[in-house]
Amino acid sequence: MKILVCISNVPDTTTKIKFAEGNTSIDTTGIQWVINPWDELSLTRALELKDDAASGIKSVTVVHVGPSTSEPTIRKALAIGADDAIRVNAESSEAWFVAFQIAEVVKKEQFDIIMCGIESSDYNGSVVGGMISEFLGIPSVSAVSGIKIENGQPVMTREIDGGKEVVIVPAPFVAIVQKGIAKEPRIAAMRGIMMARSKPVKLVESVAVEPLTQIVVFEKPAPRAACKFIDADNPAQLIDLLQNEAKVI
Amino acid sequence: MSVLVYTENWDGKFKKLSFELVSYATGVAKMLSTSVTAVSIGKVDESELKKLGNYGADKIISVSNDQLIALDSQAYTSVISEISQKENATVIIISNNNTGKAIAPRLSVRLKAGVGSGVSKLPLNLNPFTVYKRTYSGNAFAHVVIKSDVKIITLAQNSFDLIEIANNATIENLNVPIDGSLLKTVVKDVQKQTGKIVLTDADIVVSGGRGMKSPDNWPSLVELATLLGAATACSRPVSDEGWRPNDEHTGQTGKIIAPNLYIAVGISGATQHLAGISSSKYIVAINTDKDAPIFEASQYGIVGDAMKVLPKLVAAVKEIK
Ligand SMILES: Cc1cc2nc3c(=O)[nH]c(=O)nc-3n(C[C@H](O)[C@H](O)[C@H](O)COP(=O)(O)OP(=O)(O)OC[C@H]3O[C@@H](n4cnc5c(N)ncnc54)[C@H](O)[C@@H]3O)c2cc1C
Ligand SMILES: Nc1ncnc2c1ncn2[C@@H]1O[C@H](COP(=O)(O)O)[C@@H](O)[C@H]1O
Repeated sequence: MKILVCISNVPDTTTKIKFAEGNTSIDTTGIQWVINPWDELSLTRALELKDDAASGIKSVTVVHVGPSTSEPTIRKALAIGADDAIRVNAESSEAWFVAFQIAEVVKKEQFDIIMCGIESSDYNGSVVGGMISEFLGIPSVSAVSGIKIENGQPVMTREIDGGKEVVIVPAPFVAIVQKGIAKEPRIAAMRGIMMARSKPVKLVESVAVEPLTQIVVFEKPAPRAACKFIDADNPAQLIDLLQNEAKVI
Repeated sequence: MSVLVYTENWDGKFKKLSFELVSYATGVAKMLSTSVTAVSIGKVDESELKKLGNYGADKIISVSNDQLIALDSQAYTSVISEISQKENATVIIISNNNTGKAIAPRLSVRLKAGVGSGVSKLPLNLNPFTVYKRTYSGNAFAHVVIKSDVKIITLAQNSFDLIEIANNATIENLNVPIDGSLLKTVVKDVQKQTGKIVLTDADIVVSGGRGMKSPDNWPSLVELATLLGAATACSRPVSDEGWRPNDEHTGQTGKIIAPNLYIAVGISGATQHLAGISSSKYIVAINTDKDAPIFEASQYGIVGDAMKVLPKLVAAVKEIK
């Protein structure tokens, strides 16, 4: 079986987001780019599965839709342990466009398990994985918090409201992963970094598709009122404020 | 033309979330001068279905097919897309919860409908159709134009107030034949937690961080939560250490919640933590360090030792309850 891990290239999660002139895009100066945290965890889990010879996972490929400036992020995924990578050469403008490109890649190359994160930390769309599966007409399982292979069969745990379900769907399928999928992201070792240099990154040209959505302007969240401090010896005052001023208890 | 809203039920009952969705759909329909059709999948009795009318639904379509007990994203998508075409829906509204995230993107491809996800306000503009959505984990919001004829909005939980309007909704029981080959999800096991308030539904959340020092110090936090009818949550290191269960972890890589009140005890307020809680209406912080970043995100704060403050808070809540 072959796994494809979709990786998105996002600003480091501690970045203070600033907008460029006109507020139509973010100011990228000084931003450190990283693999989206969920994708880093799904890559980790995919590699753990491959490490176990009994799982039958033969290869782990990463795919990214983005311009050449995101190459370092792809190299990082290879350094962590992915076997090879595919980059669809295009500005990743919008979910519909991105999902369409990845679906095209899968049609040509055949993967058994396609892993996506539950959300990208930049666009927060939570849609790319589901769209890929519908473009391909294959099953998708959302909110996946665990995946293992039992007798050659991928078995997933998914979160439901107030609980968990163990589910199986026939391959190929898209697993949209969230908390629990792997404990800690795997870190690139020196040897991995060296090896990554010679691993193949296949460049694919994008297919023209009309985007369905467009960001027209960004704004900052409304500022919160300054914090009102309450004396630590008199927490009853806090309860009074919550009850009579905020009216939330 | 109509606005279609998918209303989720839990064992035949609607929750506040479902009514919030219908209230929102009613707001959108008003802007478009059209009506609201609510879709319900699962066994829900008539008196429960009628409740959707109280928030403005004009028509309720109830699909109670035995094949649709477990969530199968392909089968659910087929049912909803069929109904939305029949109802000539131009805007489809779904929750931005786990179920919504499973269905909305598939529906988008099926109907060639652009998705605005994690929307927290009524559309800003109808022409072009512009929605307001969360981006950069709450560090920015974007105005997004949806260009397709049919638009899908996934509504952020607890972002829209309930609006009650007496409306006598008509109920239509629809039998949608489902192509068995579409049902591919086999549920082998279900583990439900009972008796615990679901974190993503809770109006009040009491959350503990590493400043709680040890799992042994949680009883007073749990007692405060119980008294307030609140769910309990925690920061990531706390769940990583195994002090609290994994499903309590809030933040960028945990649950994203938006309660009316979030009480952060011994939590420093790292951006990744704030990413999961910044949409809360009120944030209260209890922390020994007056410069902790959590205070910048809070409306109320106590600078003090959690171990001393929590018992006093418990006593103060007991006074008023
Ligand atoms: C990619 C990535 C994703 C992440 N995702 C998340 C996430 O989803 N959620 C998350 O929470 N974190 C996340 N983190 C971790 C995050 O950066 C912080 O490390 C974490 O939130 C800190 O947890 P904390 O506030 O409990 O602990 P600390 O930062 O150690 O803070 C403890 C606080 O308690 C206070 N304190 C100490 N003693 C007391 C006392 N007696 N009484 C009261 N207060 C006291 C201290 O002043 C301090 O402010 C992520 C990190 C990365 C890199
Ligand atoms: N440009 C991209 N290239 C490859 N995968 C992506 C891209 N954007 C998003 N994804 C995948 O889709 C998931 C969800 O993204 P989103 O729908 O934007 O929240 C991410 O966690 C990735 O797995």
